Amino acid sequence: MAEKLKLEVSDEIAIKVDSMNKWFGSFHVLRDIDLTVNRGERIVVCGPSGSGKSTLIRCINALEEHQTGQIIVDGTELTSDIKNIDRIRSEVGMVFQHFNLFPHLSILENCTLAPIWVRKIPKKEAEETAMHFLEKVKIPEQADKYPGQLSGGQQQRVAIARSLCMRPRIMLFDEPTSALDPEMIKEVLDTMIELAEDGMTMICVTHEMGFARQVANRVIFMDDGQIVEQNEPEKFFRNPQSDRTKLFLSQILGH
Amino acid sequence: MSGDNNSFVRTEMISERIPPAADRGLVKWVRENLFSSAFNTIMTFVSLWFIYSLVVAAAPWFLNGIWDAETVRECYDLLDGKSGACFAVLNERFPQLIYGFKYPSSEYWRPNLASVLLLVALAPILFRKLPRRLLAFSAVYPFLAFWLIWGGSILTSVSAFLGCVIAIGCYSRFSSRSFAIAVLIGLIAANVWWIIGGYIVDLNDSVLALKDVPSRDLGGFMLNLLLGTIAVCLSIPLGIALALGRQSDMPIIKWICVFFIEFIRGVPLITLLFVANVILAFFFPPGTSLDLILRVLIMMTFFNAAYIAEVVRGGLAALSKGQYEAADSIGLDYTQSMRFIILPQALKISIPGIVNVSVGMLKDTTLVSIISMFDLVGMIRGPILSSTDWNGVYWELFGAAAAIFFVICFSVSKYSQWLERQLETDRR
Repeated sequence: MAEKLKLEVSDEIAIKVDSMNKWFGSFHVLRDIDLTVNRGERIVVCGPSGSGKSTLIRCINALEEHQTGQIIVDGTELTSDIKNIDRIRSEVGMVFQHFNLFPHLSILENCTLAPIWVRKIPKKEAEETAMHFLEKVKIPEQADKYPGQLSGGQQQRVAIARSLCMRPRIMLFDEPTSALDPEMIKEVLDTMIELAEDGMTMICVTHEMGFARQVANRVIFMDDGQIVEQNEPEKFFRNPQSDRTKLFLSQILGH
Repeated sequence: MSGDNNSFVRTEMISERIPPAADRGLVKWVRENLFSSAFNTIMTFVSLWFIYSLVVAAAPWFLNGIWDAETVRECYDLLDGKSGACFAVLNERFPQLIYGFKYPSSEYWRPNLASVLLLVALAPILFRKLPRRLLAFSAVYPFLAFWLIWGGSILTSVSAFLGCVIAIGCYSRFSSRSFAIAVLIGLIAANVWWIIGGYIVDLNDSVLALKDVPSRDLGGFMLNLLLGTIAVCLSIPLGIALALGRQSDMPIIKWICVFFIEFIRGVPLITLLFVANVILAFFFPPGTSLDLILRVLIMMTFFNAAYIAEVVRGGLAALSKGQYEAADSIGLDYTQSMRFIILPQALKISIPGIVNVSVGMLKDTTLVSIISMFDLVGMIRGPILSSTDWNGVYWELFGAAAAIFFVICFSVSKYSQWLERQLETDRR
């Protein structure tokens, strides 16, 4: 097991979710969610499938609309006001399970599109930034290829670079390694660890418990649309309090 | 691997070799496609015999064809009982087939020039590798072509063009504030200019004036090409707009688009053309009359746009939800995500469908012969076949019409296949 990351967490609040509820039709997916994330925190969200963990982080950048309660991201409240939503989305990076790169654009174009059109950065400068982040995720040589020519791990790293090009203050990861072959998981996790070392505020939905132990300063366990338990990773894994958590941990760590 | 020892370690990797001779090139193709089984071998020989007898039967008709004669009787005299085609009709009535029977023959250079320039104007739109500056000519072309074909003072076209430039200028000036306001200001500015421009044009109607040719004098294949090109070019953007409108969150826009698409698709084109010909006139104040070609064009554009909208909707639905979400999550607004992410991919998927519908539209332009416009088919059915000189020369005339349409439609279809391969970036 790699060395546990020791990083400062500031007192400044990055995300505040206050008694938030969401329904899909009549199905109550998220129930009274309260969550405060400080700047620089690395949070891992885990839980059985269908527990609402993906929906929770998708609510934070308004890919899903919440019905009651409050979500405040970077001091801006998420309402149906489209201007607020666009502003929050450009501050919050999102990495998806299935990468969702744009297949008709080259890797470099994938990374420069939003900076050029949303941030209004000159093309040349945007390309320099993109190359900087592609180097950071260690695939600058693929810049002129198309997503279809890359392996899954490389595509996911491009997706991370694409988000970073917008210089986000918060990064959300929605099961970033679940669709990858085992040998590619490590390269993506390494990229995420580097990101954490740089002090990025991160919320990761993942089942990589090694990553949680090493990087997270807090682990949140969700079941049935509610937060069941949250704690520091050491205590969470060694001494889970609720029966649901114990059952879940025994199932994923048991083999 | 031997029976008693299941372990095996490869010490040398096997290098690539070429396949055996029977599995390569032409031999492989012939074996696999023509003689792969006894039944296929028999079918191959039956087909060869069938093709042979077809050629033997049809060849004399083509080879004995008479290209030079004044009337169908002269043709038969020259053939002297042999079987043979009377292609002379194509020769003698060529101008009528192409330009119709009323277009002044001294002015044939005008549609000729317009159709050559059409190729120049389409080139930069069809081929992305050509210099982008050529698009400026494509923008001017519609106005130039109008002046060439219909004649009159060039000021009419210039004024119409300036109106469009003013509208676009106003739109881009105000578009950062609000889309709706920018569109409205653009429309008002353009209309104000057109009213002013109208007076200026009326005062100077002899500047660079070509001989006026009224719409009723257009005909022949020129009319088909004109209707087809304009209807297809206008209906693609309209179809895309309708497809997006159908997906809109705003219920009124959505309902308008759904109603429009479903209504137009539910009515036969020929009915719409009769409406254009007869009924539409009742909706205009007495004394004003919209040009017949314009009325037909509106109907054809609507008809084609409704079909294209459904094709594009299919393309939009084929994209994964992840593409929409990724576009949203990096902060693109609706217009940007449509322009850069969604439409390029959706339209690429829709190309075969759009081409399919548009080729159909091109051929359906011959339906205007039913509302007594003299397009290529109208000319053949009317003035040519009913003349005493060429009575009964069906095969040659309709065969020629079929050949002309086939060449055009086949080229369009080949172009679309080429374009699909060009845009194939995700499966390389």
